[in-house]
Amino acid sequence: MEALLREYLPILIFLGLAFGLVCAMLGGSYLIARQNPNSEKLSPFECGFAPFDDARGQFDVRFYLVAILFIIFDLEVAFLFPWAVALGDIGLFGFWSMMLFLGVLTVGFIYEWRKGALEWE
Amino acid sequence: MFADIHTFFTTNWLGIAILILLQCLAVTVPLLLAVAYMTYADRKIWASIQLRRGPNVVGPFGLLQPMADGLKLVLKETIIPSSANGILFVIAPMIAFMTALVAWAVVPFDNGWVIADINVGILYLFAISSLGVYGIIIAGWASNSKYAFLGALRSAAQMVSYEVSIGFVLVTVLLCVGSLNLSKVVLAQSGWFWNWFWLPLLPMFVIFFISALAETNRTPFDLPMSEAELVAGFHTEYSAMTFGLFFLGEYANMILLSALGAVLFLGGWHSPIPYAPFTLVPGVIWFALKIAFLLFIFSWTKGTLPRYRYDQLMRLGWKVFLPVSLAWVVLTAAVLQFGGWLPKP
Repeated sequence: MEALLREYLPILIFLGLAFGLVCAMLGGSYLIARQNPNSEKLSPFECGFAPFDDARGQFDVRFYLVAILFIIFDLEVAFLFPWAVALGDIGLFGFWSMMLFLGVLTVGFIYEWRKGALEWE
Repeated sequence: MFADIHTFFTTNWLGIAILILLQCLAVTVPLLLAVAYMTYADRKIWASIQLRRGPNVVGPFGLLQPMADGLKLVLKETIIPSSANGILFVIAPMIAFMTALVAWAVVPFDNGWVIADINVGILYLFAISSLGVYGIIIAGWASNSKYAFLGALRSAAQMVSYEVSIGFVLVTVLLCVGSLNLSKVVLAQSGWFWNWFWLPLLPMFVIFFISALAETNRTPFDLPMSEAELVAGFHTEYSAMTFGLFFLGEYANMILLSALGAVLFLGGWHSPIPYAPFTLVPGVIWFALKIAFLLFIFSWTKGTLPRYRYDQLMRLGWKVFLPVSLAWVVLTAAVLQFGGWLPKP
């Protein structure tokens, strides 16, 4: 456990360094530059006129669909990672198990495709 | 005396922490310099492609231009729109930059030259690069501006789409190496340059590079910032250093993906010819040359290709790259399994 934590300590320190750097850059810029805000400057940009309505309205459901598809395939990749590393150990049984799993997912993928979930327009 | 210093830096926890901090700085400072001069190289390459001169006024050959640009960004006013969610608005660029920086912790610059030699290096990189999406989507949401919101949606959808194919590409490399440690990935590619994975996995290398363009929102996939439709995409409302952090993060990400490409497919720190005059050059220089080569192709594509349409972009990602890379995973696994070439741990 101790050795494992030691391995990840550099990442924690790097994260701390990155955070310090980011704060220094933002804070430094904020303190050095002259801040002189007014209501026109602070309104959201909309090609010169006052914004019509709130930006948080409806958006195309396809973005949501892409996110869901991404979760499925990203999980699939997450399953493939340990399998790919251990394939030399687990032999033919491991190989065919994963092929079966990928086959099932491919059926799902073909279904999505035929249903038009991947069409954009 | 020297023995004392040595024991302090190897056994005392404070000494170890200081040593690690220095290592992190030794990566961060050259990286930020590389980012600055990448912007310069970018502009010079585009200028050459378009038969212009590019930046040539500030300093000799315009070499101080990136410094002048950086200084200008620092001296601008930090604007937080009144309708924005202030805290999220500031956090978003911080996330974008920090993820781009922290990912460098596992990149091996030479044999043993790595800040954190963890045995799940590729998984770590994959996880961190997924987190980068948060910076963009939070920026789009917190800005409360239509252009920023649409730009963030587009950008997030595009990044996650191409991340899937990058994941499959990584799996094919893992199959050939049998380890998630990036140093081991490089060590598995020793010898002549045709032993590097770009040749046996050539279609995957191409997919990786094109997906890297899409991941970093570069032309021909720079739809999130297509200025004709979305002003500046998700960072429309950002100014001064908040914008600067997005900019730095984007270039740092570009260099990171080039470094990853060099590690996975171009033999990392190995010299192309494993004999005397070439092996005498330090590995870190070969590594830098390979990164520079990939970055040059990044700029070259930007100078050459027009922008894709969004439906074309999504079709390429989901209907071409995803099936092809998935099929290639199966093919690689089958060839290694039945050819008896699987790496034994």
